[in-house]
Amino acid sequence: MSLMDASLWEVIRASFNPDIWKELLVPIGETIYMTLISSVIVLVFGVLLGICLTLTSPDGLLPLRISYTTVGWLINVLRSLPQMVMIILMIPVARLFFGKSYGTNACIIAIAASCIPMYARIVESALLEIEKGKIEAAKSIGSTNRQILFKVVIPETLPSLIRGFTVAVIAIISMTALAGMFGAGGIGDIAVRFGYQRFQHDRLFACVYILIILVQITQGVGNVISNRILKTRNLI
Amino acid sequence: MSYIEIRDLHKTFFHHGEGLEVLNGIDLDVEKGTIYGIIGFSGAGKSTLARCINRLETPDSGSIKVGDVDILKLSKKELLEQRKKVGMVFQNFNLFDSRTVYRNIAYPLEISGVSKEKIRERVLETAELVGLSDKLDSYPGGLSGGQKQRVGIARALVNKPEVLISDEATSALDPQTTLQILDLLKEINKKSGITILMITHELNAVRYSCSQMAVLENGRFLEKGSVESIFNNPKSHTGELFTKVLEEFQNISFSGGEGI
Repeated sequence: MSLMDASLWEVIRASFNPDIWKELLVPIGETIYMTLISSVIVLVFGVLLGICLTLTSPDGLLPLRISYTTVGWLINVLRSLPQMVMIILMIPVARLFFGKSYGTNACIIAIAASCIPMYARIVESALLEIEKGKIEAAKSIGSTNRQILFKVVIPETLPSLIRGFTVAVIAIISMTALAGMFGAGGIGDIAVRFGYQRFQHDRLFACVYILIILVQITQGVGNVISNRILKTRNLI
Repeated sequence: MSYIEIRDLHKTFFHHGEGLEVLNGIDLDVEKGTIYGIIGFSGAGKSTLARCINRLETPDSGSIKVGDVDILKLSKKELLEQRKKVGMVFQNFNLFDSRTVYRNIAYPLEISGVSKEKIRERVLETAELVGLSDKLDSYPGGLSGGQKQRVGIARALVNKPEVLISDEATSALDPQTTLQILDLLKEINKKSGITILMITHELNAVRYSCSQMAVLENGRFLEKGSVESIFNNPKSHTGELFTKVLEEFQNISFSGGEGI
């Protein structure tokens, strides 16, 4: 049903038609799959890079200018590419890895390339939030750098890391929708093929609902976990 | 025989190419088992001196000996072990918010790989000493300033160090809590014979708890000696100033009471 020959109200009613939602089950699965896999990859590499940046920064525990500058430069380069350009750029890379330049897995590479640098910066700023006095105290007790990182810095900044990760997952969800345009399937694919190319606005609306729900759930879960930690620690 | 022996310590910080001489030829002898006060205005170099003693800051020249250990000659690994023998208490407590009181106190043992049972025994013992036995499961976020500092002291003592450096430990506390913390430090000193270096700008704290003291200004000691002699007969300007300020405060509180 299109907004061109039906009223807004009719299109909204049609967007709740069970038949439409039955067809959406597979794309929803694809979107969730892409989001989950990408989130894990982004979490792992984002945290690693963020830690690397914080450790090797001039004020860090292991100042190392070469590594700090190189990683920082690489992150800035990747972050200057818009998501769409990144997806196009990663097509040959995906062909190299999977022998196929389109599809869900191929797009995960582009999502990772785009979102890892973003989360790395979030991790960096979260880790830098720690009061210098706590690190000083840990040092005065005779902690090694590894102990300071894993027993003090990361546990102390965990709520910020989690909140930052929520932001990253939401960026990933929005990028999966964009990737739909480039053969990744998922909700974005439906929105483009039916909503944009065929004016089937009822399906487009259904896609919008799903995206809103996914983002709300992500943000909600992130908030609950981080607030629960803060509450246990008596910090709020 | 002095236990802490510092000779001709120099430290200059560079900021935008401009040098600031923070420690300018420090000599210090602290006998074992004393509570030694180091007093000075902000910027006098007190904290830098404290941080040099466990080499959180590396001095440019001079020597520091704690017991038989030459602090500046230690390798990285030896330094980490040495730091476990020097407890440090801070103005801002610097507790770990992610850990309960129990786990804050246990931290120094945990990183040394002490067994769980031993940790438990030692933590309970130390918590009792500082009067925190009923707060072990709380998080620092829910404690008062005085309680937080008790956790800080317990964390500094759990390794049974030979020296405790108190860097403005009572400066963020109200007068009553300050007194309680000072009493605690005195009690610990009496019980275990630990050497305490009390760095502060509060004259009352020194007068209340120290036997020996030194007045620091612009990276130099202006005078050193027994607390009594310096209070009764301050030779330096800073020493005099401190005593004067103290007297004035006392006068203010008296006359203020009358006025109202």
